[in-house]
Amino acid sequence: MTMTDAPEAGTPPRGKRRIGDTVFAGLARGSGILILVILAGVAAFLVIQAWPSLRANTANFFLETGWDPNVRENPSFGVAALAFGTVLAAAIALLLATPVAIGISLFIVFYAPRRLAAVLGYLVDLLAAIPSVVYGLWGIGFLAPQLVPVYSAAARHLGWIPLFAGPASTSARTILTAGIVLAVMVLPIITAMSRDVFHQVPQGHREAALAMGATRWEMIRLAVLPFGRSGIVGGAMLGLGRALGETMAVAMILSPSLAISWNLLQSGNQTIAAHIALQYPEATGYGVSALIAAGLVLFAITLVVNMGARYIVARGSKESR
Amino acid sequence: MSTTTQPPATERELRRGSLHRHFPAALLAACAAVVAGILLAFSSFGLVVWGLLTAASYAIVVVAVSAGVEGGRKAKDRLVTTLVYGCFVLAMLPLVSVLWTVLGYGLDRFDGYFLSVSMNGVLPSMDAGGVYHAIVGTLAITGMATLISVPIGVMTAVYLVEYARGRMKKTIMFFVDVMTGIPSIVAGLFVVALWMILFGPGVTNGAAGAISLSVLMIPVVVRSSEEMLRLVPQDLREASYALGVPKWRTITKVVLPTSAAGLTTGIMLAIARVIGETAPLILTAGTSAVAINWNLFDGQMMSLPVFIYAQVRMGGAVNYERAWAAALTLIIVVMLLFFLARMIGRLFAPKAR
Repeated sequence: MTMTDAPEAGTPPRGKRRIGDTVFAGLARGSGILILVILAGVAAFLVIQAWPSLRANTANFFLETGWDPNVRENPSFGVAALAFGTVLAAAIALLLATPVAIGISLFIVFYAPRRLAAVLGYLVDLLAAIPSVVYGLWGIGFLAPQLVPVYSAAARHLGWIPLFAGPASTSARTILTAGIVLAVMVLPIITAMSRDVFHQVPQGHREAALAMGATRWEMIRLAVLPFGRSGIVGGAMLGLGRALGETMAVAMILSPSLAISWNLLQSGNQTIAAHIALQYPEATGYGVSALIAAGLVLFAITLVVNMGARYIVARGSKESR
Repeated sequence: MSTTTQPPATERELRRGSLHRHFPAALLAACAAVVAGILLAFSSFGLVVWGLLTAASYAIVVVAVSAGVEGGRKAKDRLVTTLVYGCFVLAMLPLVSVLWTVLGYGLDRFDGYFLSVSMNGVLPSMDAGGVYHAIVGTLAITGMATLISVPIGVMTAVYLVEYARGRMKKTIMFFVDVMTGIPSIVAGLFVVALWMILFGPGVTNGAAGAISLSVLMIPVVVRSSEEMLRLVPQDLREASYALGVPKWRTITKVVLPTSAAGLTTGIMLAIARVIGETAPLILTAGTSAVAINWNLFDGQMMSLPVFIYAQVRMGGAVNYERAWAAALTLIIVVMLLFFLARMIGRLFAPKAR
């Protein structure tokens, strides 16, 4: 408050308090606080509404695979199978998307002609603009039928690997198809993050590598990838968060049943988000409350993943400064 | 291509030959032609197989030739270059495929009739009906979500850029990031839970949908607005303060107008993001509305994305036709928003620097 200190940039000299200033500052601060309130509200209301079914549940919520809460008393339900399916689908998506995303961002930043780079990056962003329900429609109406022969071939030749054990689904509405579509959906997220860090690689590091006679790949391996590691990991985790919570594409593609199955070519898995969307219209009794409890689990998982991602990205950008 | 002078052996290591600048392009064309020829000879030409085989044969030949002429390091570099180009092409496949199939299947039913009638009185399997009620619902719900999100989002951005300091600023920025990651279905469940407490179980209406969309939209608006406000030069603010203008007038008369184009772009991109949201609307606005409903506070409300989902769930051939046509409508809306946003951002951006 002392006037001898040079005021911080952006702060007008303190004179008399004006009503307008007070009101406007209050509104701005109120909006900021409102966001915290909303977020706390999301957590609080979910807990409040999930509590009745969780208390009445006769099975272990975390170990039970069945889902039978649509009754007036003694509901029995659990998220074990759903949580497994959610993680499996997201893991497939991430395994497929991350290497491709790194390739795309290397292409846009280091390989593509300068003048084209912006346009090509914009094309990748368009992937993020397509609504998830359209991806779902594309997945079930176009992609799945195309994959049927591929899956049966995979079951024939790779059937000795437990993941690809036959007989393959005749509709291809399996967790692998869902994972492929999810991979397409998280691709632009991971690409955007790794593109950002690749752009930040100091010009000096790159030129030093090239001046030593490194080829372009050696320059990338020595200067770019070590620098960009945190951005890639952070981007992949943000993509993971998106894949875990994605509803529509999975709900439309999978033909669900509540099993814990490692088999990628047979239907049998289901994810939390898709389960909520499919079950909600038919929920009675403790049903809605039980679905809210499942949503709470999803919320918690994505919260942890996203916070971890932000932490890694923030730490990485601090180190690089 | 081959060196004309014969350098001493020690120097030869450093001056190995290199492939001609246009060699990769020529080789790629040659591979494509040869593979196409072989496939046609066996009369089993398929676009996907052709693409895969061309890419594979190109990669093998270019690495082998490069290893012979240029040495191992260059060969590895060529391999990575091929892979990186391949990744980009691979990513474009789903984009082209989605747009192509939606256009191909969607155009069958996409006409003035489809856009101007609702599903009221139309049985699911009848060869009639359209999406007018869904367009109305999408406009109303997204409009209300925008009206809620924009003031809150922009004011929060103003707070973060112009007022907040220290721990409060860090906390809000962190939780805005966290909010960006809320799964859309959880946003829907939040409103379901809230509505159960406020109005009792089973109440679905457009307003509930709008609020769940706001939960998803607010953090997007905050992040983009924040970025835009930070771009406003500090000199402008200081010039205004020097004239004795109060801080809040400086913000409303100098900072916000300067960044107006950027703010608009960000808001339109946020709208484009939530206009395709389906999951929260299934929970909050219902899936079975068939009639035109402009009232956000009374009864179920259909929207374009939910319409697609509901038709797919019915599963008949006509239903799929309607779903594809509605998907085409939705993609056109989203792409229009996307392009308009970029245009506004480019045309009206402040000319500084």
